[in-house]
Amino acid sequence: MPKAEEKLIDKEGLRIDGRKTNELRATKIGVGVLGNADGSAYIEQGKNKILAGVYGPHEVHPKHLALPDRSLLRCRYHMAPFSVEERKSPAPSRREHEISKVIRESLEPAIFLEYYPRTSIDLFIEVLQADGGTRCAGVTAASLALADAGIPMRDLIVACASGKIDGQLAVDLSDAEDKKGEADVPVALMPNLNAITLLQMDGQLTLEEFENAIELSLEGCKQLYAMQKEALKSKYATVKEEVEE
Amino acid sequence: MSMVVRVKQRQIAQLMSKGKRLDGRGLNDYREIKVEMGVIEKAEGSARVLLGKTEVLVGVKIEIGEPFPDTPNEGVLTVNAELVPLASPSFEPGPPDEKAIELARVVDRGLREAKTINIEKLCLEPGKKVIVVFIDVYVLNHDGNLIDASAIAALAALVNTKMPKYEVEDGQVKVKSSYTPLPVQNYPIAVTFAKINDKLAVDPWLEEEQVMDARLTIAIEKDGKICAIQKGGTGYLTREQISEVAKMAKEKASEIRKLVVKE
Repeated sequence: MPKAEEKLIDKEGLRIDGRKTNELRATKIGVGVLGNADGSAYIEQGKNKILAGVYGPHEVHPKHLALPDRSLLRCRYHMAPFSVEERKSPAPSRREHEISKVIRESLEPAIFLEYYPRTSIDLFIEVLQADGGTRCAGVTAASLALADAGIPMRDLIVACASGKIDGQLAVDLSDAEDKKGEADVPVALMPNLNAITLLQMDGQLTLEEFENAIELSLEGCKQLYAMQKEALKSKYATVKEEVEE
Repeated sequence: MSMVVRVKQRQIAQLMSKGKRLDGRGLNDYREIKVEMGVIEKAEGSARVLLGKTEVLVGVKIEIGEPFPDTPNEGVLTVNAELVPLASPSFEPGPPDEKAIELARVVDRGLREAKTINIEKLCLEPGKKVIVVFIDVYVLNHDGNLIDASAIAALAALVNTKMPKYEVEDGQVKVKSSYTPLPVQNYPIAVTFAKINDKLAVDPWLEEEQVMDARLTIAIEKDGKICAIQKGGTGYLTREQISEVAKMAKEKASEIRKLVVKE
């Protein structure tokens, strides 16, 4: 049982950082932020600071991994040693391996991989600072990096989690809420196709709570999608200005 | 996707649209499940599960170790999975790959989030000595749906575990000659559905896994709550499909649970 001092939602219904249960953290998104990458994006969601970079489609190394009918999508989700309270070893942990896999599988449905047989698209997600919900913020940034690289896609992918804290459902959990909370449900969505490409859960929820949690996550996804589009457009607005000068 | 797989996918999808499957099952039928406990005498607990032709062996070993600094009063639970090369031509020797890590972590999540073992009872000396439970999943034959088979086998092995009684005297752990079962307090069951061409089928076997767009695993506790979910595969799911899977999973889990827990 959570102790009195560990209250995550106060009497007014506000969370430790002053948010309402259906409120996202302050989010900033930038596109085309890296010099060398073919596409890149940066996201700040609360205290999360995450960079995503895409290289490709290009020749596959090692060659034997090449697929005859489509491009090989590879994804590496990685946390910087200084991104968390206790230094994290830079070697990829089992958690990072799993997250790399679920992120790759969440992006793959959106990409026209069949346009680039025998090539690879390499995606790197670096978490510079972690504060809960990094896999979702990583997906949101990665899909923008793919779009920035000019890779044809069926839709953008946007991800958001919700969870249960102090017995109530709330969107976009911070690290403290995730750790002390009762459940966490990350969801990734292709907003125009209404297709869910990532779904995980840990914690304990009834069937009804789970249904409501998904709705809350999807609502968060839609809000983030608007910001995603804005970020993508504003990059081209800047390019246009530079060209016209 | 190779030509052969594409042809096979069409065949399987056509069957599924009529509610049928290649091996004669209905869309919501599991293959035959056999659970055998206590198959390895040297392990404190073990179980072998046959799910159709998929075969998984789980061994539980108990050791004394140190707790994690953030949970000084709790025992330690670890799950590892080995996709042994003799189990499938697609498995290779070497350290666990992405597939094995995901399998271990999904099994782990189900057990951990359901608080299957009361880990507070595994503390011998707070901050210093606790009981460590190693759950090793050994896949012996791969014919699809490793997650469900491994989760059943892991739970059965925990139920089967007998550990020595320990006592702490002046900071020294003494092993007594009597044995005690693990404090098992919940029975989570993982139920996996495959999505092939917009149709769902439970417990996909290898032929179906090779052509599926996506899979969704939902672990259900004894009281019907959901304790873990994992979507896999390179396809997507619709909102309605998720609700359908969640509802069916609850039903299926209570059927399967009876094979492990004889009440």
